[in-house]
Amino acid sequence: MSARRRWIVTIVAGAALALLLPHLGVPTFFVSLLTQTWIIAIAAMSLDLLIGFVGLVNFSQAALFGVGAYAVAIGATRFHITGFAGGLVCGMIAAVVTAALFGLVALRAEGPGFIIITIALNQIVWGLAYQWVSVSGGDNGITGITRPPLGPFDLSSNTAYYYVCLAAFALTLAILMTVVRSPYGLVLKGVRDTPRRMRALGYNVWLYRYSALLLSSVFAGTAGVLFAWYNQFVGPVDLSLDQSTQFLIVTILGGIGTIYGQLFGALVVIFLSNELSSITQRWMLVLGVIYFAIVLYAPGGLVVLVPRLWDRLRGKRVAVVPAEHP
Amino acid sequence: MRIIRSTCAFAVSLGVLCMLLPTPSRSASNAPIKVALLAATSGSAAAAGHDMVAGWTLYWSEHGNAVAGHPIVTTVYDTNSNAGHALDQARRAVEQDGAQMIVGPYLANEGLAVAPYGIEHRIPMFFPTVSADDLSQRQANSFIIKVAGWTSSQTTHVAGEWAYEQGYRRVMTLANSYVFGYENAGGFAQTFTRRGGKIVNQIWAPLGTTDYTPYISQVQAANPDALFVEMVGADAVHFLQQWSQLGLKNKIPLIANETTTDQSNIRTLDPALVEGITSFGHFAEGRDAPATRSFIEKYGKAEGVLPSYMATSFYTAAQWIGQALETVHGDVSDPGMLLRAVRDIKLSDSPFGPMVLDQYGAPIDNVYIRRVVATTGEAAKYAKTWNVVIKTYPHVSQFWTWKPSDYLKQPVYSPTFQGYTK
Repeated sequence: MSARRRWIVTIVAGAALALLLPHLGVPTFFVSLLTQTWIIAIAAMSLDLLIGFVGLVNFSQAALFGVGAYAVAIGATRFHITGFAGGLVCGMIAAVVTAALFGLVALRAEGPGFIIITIALNQIVWGLAYQWVSVSGGDNGITGITRPPLGPFDLSSNTAYYYVCLAAFALTLAILMTVVRSPYGLVLKGVRDTPRRMRALGYNVWLYRYSALLLSSVFAGTAGVLFAWYNQFVGPVDLSLDQSTQFLIVTILGGIGTIYGQLFGALVVIFLSNELSSITQRWMLVLGVIYFAIVLYAPGGLVVLVPRLWDRLRGKRVAVVPAEHP
Repeated sequence: MRIIRSTCAFAVSLGVLCMLLPTPSRSASNAPIKVALLAATSGSAAAAGHDMVAGWTLYWSEHGNAVAGHPIVTTVYDTNSNAGHALDQARRAVEQDGAQMIVGPYLANEGLAVAPYGIEHRIPMFFPTVSADDLSQRQANSFIIKVAGWTSSQTTHVAGEWAYEQGYRRVMTLANSYVFGYENAGGFAQTFTRRGGKIVNQIWAPLGTTDYTPYISQVQAANPDALFVEMVGADAVHFLQQWSQLGLKNKIPLIANETTTDQSNIRTLDPALVEGITSFGHFAEGRDAPATRSFIEKYGKAEGVLPSYMATSFYTAAQWIGQALETVHGDVSDPGMLLRAVRDIKLSDSPFGPMVLDQYGAPIDNVYIRRVVATTGEAAKYAKTWNVVIKTYPHVSQFWTWKPSDYLKQPVYSPTFQGYTK
């Protein structure tokens, strides 16, 4: 099979499986976990745009995600913004505005400086959520968020909501894959690899980074909104540094600079953490060892590891294509 | 190669097997009763999680793990002290494992995250330690019962009254800046100021503070008649050490909330640091009553320490739910019937003392003024210090002396609402 045909077959089979899964008699809990996987994958893909294509390791992705979630929660419980479109727009705007402010501060630095500033920014937003009780509900978070209907469809059932998140995932994947292959995406890669040369060629490096951050925040905010509706609860943990780290782990495990790889990262992280915690009390330790092993033996991420294992299973020995590193 | 292939084959067959496992039917006459115990066995609240599981298991092992011929099957789900994870675990328990009731979790934010889910799926939820005021007040629901539990401000309402009666007029409060701290301090401040006392200043310290010196110096500078303090876990330990080291222990009287001098904290501290501290709680391990004494001895034999209020809550919750299951003959098919049975139980005595539920699902029970003293008798084998009862306020409601309808008109306690006008 040619590489291209293999790709098409994999995508069609994967899509068909994803569409049929809720009707194959799998337990509803698995449908819930998969719904969560689509949402986390959206957030991780938005982060991959920054890490893999602009070279910005953003530790405040959870803040963008969480601000989207809080916006829809506060909108629904305080201002009666209960529609699907209204909630979504609310969350996106909140995330973009936050990213616009973050960018002004964080993009003054590069490399480790950028990382430190984004960690601090994330902590500021977390602190607000934790302590500004009259707005955010503090440590208790906000409950009483109901899933709005999407046009004629009622989303209160797990299955209906599964399809909404699947569609959002597919749409995000398509948009981001198009963006990174567009001339704009090529400039981003240029900015990532040789910012000085790009500057010399007359590109406004800062503006490209800033615009990528804003674009990324649209999807991070969307994921936040979907997550708030999924849990019907928002709390400070959703925009904690732990959450940022989780996105980072998903992104790295999946394969940096691939966009689609984040789906595998999200699958592994969501399912492993949920399954392991029901087997052993030391699940965090086991999880850590697994992450460590993947990073050590498959530095390109699961997108490199999975096909390699597949070929080995079929007894084929193929040259390993080195992963593309930022 | 072969290893990888056989590993994959094994993994696949394991997965298929998991899906094929039959779901047990609920109709059988001795069908097991499935309980999901949500407890943080990892994360910041792991120590509390251990105590919760210990209390629950102690009761059921004493009673043969069965009720009316139905075996009780308890599965412990680790919440990782994280509200989001607690919700995931509740989903797993209900949707995958078919749990028929949820007991726990520990933290208020975990309970608030799980509550809407349980209500939506009509799963009875029993919260022995989740004390958030609103779960039995403005967000009360028939599916939520604080079985053998408490309400944060319930005990501190009493503390405010008592402080005024002791002659204190200018009091300062120091609490952690999260909901439990706001509710503890608010309950105190409201009753204390209603009697005519004055709150000099309220300090909020972030949860997880290790150095309390800057806060303690503020107290020293203001020199109030007394300090009301709310601390949990490691914060309590750090605060009590520094309070004593800075020489304030015998200068400014402390009015501590329940968790500050809980057995789980004072057992780690030198007796000199804690002896003589007055606190308020719905539990006192040194209460001189048969129900409490026999429980702490059993618990001491099993665990080698005196029980914390968390362990006691889960033991008593097991006793309470067990009695309710007896009255419905182990039939949990109708959650409404089970919930009614639980509400109708009245414990004439328990390790906490007598306990009944009000119509909002919160207990009406004793509140004790407690003092930390050296242990005596049997208890001395398991701990150096414990909380003994100085005075008992019987039959205390979460609404104290207010009419529920009046009380519920005011907002829940927060940094901006502490029950008095500044």
